[in-house]
Amino acid sequence: MKKYIQNFNKYRYLLYELVKKGIVLKYRHSYLGIFWTLLEPLLTMMVLTIVFGGWYGKSDQSFPVYVLTGRLLFSFFSTSTKAAMKAVQNNAKMMKKVYVPKYLYPLSAVIYNYIIFLISLIVLLGVSIVLKVKPTIYLLQAIIPLTLIFVMSLGVGLILATLNVFFRDLEYLWGVALMLIMYSCAIFYEPERLIKTGNDWIFAINPVYHVIANFRESVLFGQPLSMQYLIPSILFSFGSLFVGIFVFYKKQDEFILHI
Amino acid sequence: MKKNVVLKVDKVGIKFNLSQEKVDSLKEYVIKLVKRQISYDEFWALKNVSFEMEKGDRIGVLGLNGAGKSTLLKVICGVLKPTEGTIKKHGKIVPLLELGAGFDPQYTGKENIYLYGAVLGYSKAFIEEKYEEIVKFSGLKEFINVPVKNYSSGMKARLGFSIATVVEPDILILDEVLSVGDAKFRKKSEKKIMSMFEDNISVLFVSHSLEQVKRLCNKAILLEHGHLIAKGSVEEVSKIYLEKLEQD
Repeated sequence: MKKYIQNFNKYRYLLYELVKKGIVLKYRHSYLGIFWTLLEPLLTMMVLTIVFGGWYGKSDQSFPVYVLTGRLLFSFFSTSTKAAMKAVQNNAKMMKKVYVPKYLYPLSAVIYNYIIFLISLIVLLGVSIVLKVKPTIYLLQAIIPLTLIFVMSLGVGLILATLNVFFRDLEYLWGVALMLIMYSCAIFYEPERLIKTGNDWIFAINPVYHVIANFRESVLFGQPLSMQYLIPSILFSFGSLFVGIFVFYKKQDEFILHI
Repeated sequence: MKKNVVLKVDKVGIKFNLSQEKVDSLKEYVIKLVKRQISYDEFWALKNVSFEMEKGDRIGVLGLNGAGKSTLLKVICGVLKPTEGTIKKHGKIVPLLELGAGFDPQYTGKENIYLYGAVLGYSKAFIEEKYEEIVKFSGLKEFINVPVKNYSSGMKARLGFSIATVVEPDILILDEVLSVGDAKFRKKSEKKIMSMFEDNISVLFVSHSLEQVKRLCNKAILLEHGHLIAKGSVEEVSKIYLEKLEQD
């Protein structure tokens, strides 16, 4: 254990450099730069509000906040797991030449996306103020879903990164899976619509939805976290992290033979 | 471990599974699994290789194509993990293999100095301290804020060489002699390597050219089909190597 911590400390600066690289390169050639982090969710929120709020006739004033909370969390999960999945492959060249602890690549991919995600929460704050969503004491619990989504993305990302070394077509499969997860996350519709039809099991098995639901409880509805969702999402997050670390650790020495 | 041994390679073996066809998609894998067609041929790229390197040794690694020379270097750098056996290292290893392979093309030269330095395990303070020296040695001052994708391959190699050699390594690993950049830079880089030699560092040097090995090394090892068949002074080993060459 001590050996691993020592090794991590030696490469801490590399982790910092990789995270920085991710953020810097993402917006390098755009005029508005890092400002897109704010603009992009704002624009998609508007589209989703117009389509699912306006055209489908929903006139709840706080609907944009509802959409935004779901979209921000889901898109972090989606982009970070995708980035982590490709991280080993993208750095293959480097890995073949110099020894570097390999987990740094997926880890840095999740971290830099998380930083971008945290910055984009400013939009949520702004929209909430404009639409007069009142903050309550329960806002403080938001830290729990925000932590869980990070742990979950890292765990799932590590599993995907490992599998993707051996099976390249996972990239496309995961894209399809993400679409399914998105539609079952109640991002732009209310969960009651599914529950009414007796399909509430869809939410019961979707850990990303659990996190979104609890995030909304704290940010939007001002309610205590729902235990029904909290416990399975904690179990899933740390379970996937544990499995992720385990499979990555077991298989990392074989990566070099396949990339 | 003896005191002045910097590298000890002990009964190292590397096994590759060579599948008949490369299976890297899930679909193929499932199909082949169902048809029970997944079979591997075992292939030992290195088998039972042992040698020691003392401080100040300059060992040439000789062998024909496919003898396992590059694999041996990769094992020593830590890129590949040996299937069996152990490797003990003392001190900092600097590999000068395919310089600049770790650059990010979208990053500028300056940013890549920091990134590549971090990859090689340098600290931030160290890179900052040596930054001027690196830029000066590479001779890329006016291009340092240009993205590396616009560099010529010679420029990339020059930058890579300058970053990698800014530390004083204990063990230097060279794959072929560096034919980096133009004639002027080549001279400069050879001079730099020679000055490192004088600092009593240990060198592991792979080359096909017996001339170069004789010129640069004092010891040599000879690999054939993954087995170490000779080790000793460069004269003895190169004699065996020449005999082997004539046999074929």
